[in-house]
Amino acid sequence: MTEPTTLFEKIWRRHAILEREDGTTLLSIDRHLCHEGSFHAFDKLRAQGRRVRRPDLTVAIADHYVSTDAPETGNQDPSRREVIERLTTNTSEMGVRLYGVGAPEQGIVHVVGPEQGITLPGLLLVCGDSHTATHGALGCLAFGIGASEVAHVLATQTLWQKKPKTLRVTIDGPLGPGVSAKDVILHLISVIGANGATGYMIEYAGSTIREMSIEGRMTICNMSIEAGGRAGLIAPDDKTFDYLRDRRYAPKDTEWERAVEDWRSLSSDPGARFDREVSVDARDIAPSITWGTSPEEAMAITGHVPDPARENDPSRQAALTATLDYMGLTPGEALTDVVVDRVFIGSCTNARIEDLRAAAAVAKGRAAKVIAIVVPGSTPIKLQAEAEGLDQIFIDAGFEWRATGCSMCVGMNGDLTPPGERCASTSNRNFKGRQGPGSRTHLMSPAMAAAAAVTGRLTDVRNLIGEA
Amino acid sequence: MEPFTKLDTHAAAIAIENIDTDQIIPARFMRAPRGTDHGQFLFHDMRRDTDGKARADFPLNSPDLAGAGVLVADTNFGCGSSREAAVYALYDAGIRCVIAPSFGDIFYSNATKNGLLPVVLDRAVVQSIWKTLETANSARVEVDLETQTVHLPNGATHRFEIDPFKKRCLLEGLDDIDLTLRHSDEIERHEQAQNDNRPWAGTIG
Repeated sequence: MTEPTTLFEKIWRRHAILEREDGTTLLSIDRHLCHEGSFHAFDKLRAQGRRVRRPDLTVAIADHYVSTDAPETGNQDPSRREVIERLTTNTSEMGVRLYGVGAPEQGIVHVVGPEQGITLPGLLLVCGDSHTATHGALGCLAFGIGASEVAHVLATQTLWQKKPKTLRVTIDGPLGPGVSAKDVILHLISVIGANGATGYMIEYAGSTIREMSIEGRMTICNMSIEAGGRAGLIAPDDKTFDYLRDRRYAPKDTEWERAVEDWRSLSSDPGARFDREVSVDARDIAPSITWGTSPEEAMAITGHVPDPARENDPSRQAALTATLDYMGLTPGEALTDVVVDRVFIGSCTNARIEDLRAAAAVAKGRAAKVIAIVVPGSTPIKLQAEAEGLDQIFIDAGFEWRATGCSMCVGMNGDLTPPGERCASTSNRNFKGRQGPGSRTHLMSPAMAAAAAVTGRLTDVRNLIGEA
Repeated sequence: MEPFTKLDTHAAAIAIENIDTDQIIPARFMRAPRGTDHGQFLFHDMRRDTDGKARADFPLNSPDLAGAGVLVADTNFGCGSSREAAVYALYDAGIRCVIAPSFGDIFYSNATKNGLLPVVLDRAVVQSIWKTLETANSARVEVDLETQTVHLPNGATHRFEIDPFKKRCLLEGLDDIDLTLRHSDEIERHEQAQNDNRPWAGTIG
């Protein structure tokens, strides 16, 4: 009898080339995704006179610096356009496949990978971006790395890693009306904290996850890093295979059959041991939003702004006061009384077709009271949404329908929230200044963001659904 | 990278939890190539008012701490974005060691690849260092990587953990790409075996 093994351990073993005495392992990398920010790594390679070892397993995508309102040129701003051009130069010099500005496949790197079937179960995928855990939704071990590690992968197609500990998060039960994957992950982070999973690889399990769409699973895995977890994994199942079948780079014909057979072995064995277990009852989860400047500062929309006077620890009291000051919030204020200035629906967390449908369902027949922009996660998603008429629903409701890119999630392509303005956002980080210097971010689901757009304030979407 | 062996330097405290890499270097400064002095971007929006004036209450703006080589931070320092430029900013500003109760995993790894030593100490110890720094603004801290110890102004010495390979790379300033390429035969054999077992893994399209 072999010992019961976790899904993570199974994938890790497949990729272990050799192990050092201290347990650090040299892992083989199956897929390496690059973006404009990878220029540091290409610079390093060039300075050392090295080449990309496996350009055939490397895919570069322009997303972080691409403008969403004038995508034809990449970006109107010359210094931003120059960063996009660096990616073009680097990839053409090194023979790396590029989905650049104007390519029909182009979009946010973590949306494009699964969409094109580049991401597959059982693979090891890395990218110089902390939201790489997104790909774990397909049972692909995926994590973000820094520029030095990107250079290492480019040069060797391997990476030295210490094996992380394992945390299983089991989420059971049905989700209530108006409650989505985003609410689940915000709730989880508020429970375990922004460093609750630091040093761990998270496996998400339970009936809620099994019932969830692949898009929803990607939203969950995407934000693993906001709890400190570098990777999030979900065992592949028939939903995964249905999602991947006939994707451009998914295996075909007999190889597909062989792959699916292999993928069916990719789940944690009964009795497999995890270093830590957390359980969540899905019935406890309400539509949630963040109120502070860390993703752990999230609560149900029915809640009130915390009061520093109720904090006993003086340093925490001071920190909370500073947070509320930055966010422009009053202690005890009902969240639903908070007025917003703009709305952003997009990002690698929430810009897939299901997200756009959820937002459109709320926007339909209503009118935006504030500036609201909708940024599809990829050009294929944009076209699909247009074929479904979602673009027209948004436009009729006064939302702006943009081209794809990282947009207002990342604050580096020109899409910004101005200082002091409050943004209801479907992105993943409410850090100070993340959406632009002085910006105030509240994270929420696409339906909740659409609800904020049409009411002009933070809103419980449950009060809107079924009314229209 | 520059080897890291020992430090004996002023220390500055930033007693704020969850300082993310967006705080360490805001996104708008990330277009700069490595050759640019990233120190000018360090904590850019935390240390300046909206009109660009240096905030007197930000520790690193104090003239006493101008040459600080150690930063004593709080829990989950360097969480968030994988941007290695956060490490460049600290390094170029003269910081060679960050002491904190915990770090974001990616930041920790990035630091060790750029000659910046991340030291994890219990939060109670970190708090005691802040206290010392409060009373003696230009207090010195000694860090010795070989013995894995931090010597504090109050006389206390604390041992920290670091994995042996990261320690060796830091001590010798090694580039791990060269070290890895010594294993080229094993890498190729592994790739071949993967191709035989799971051909879809070794090709895109």
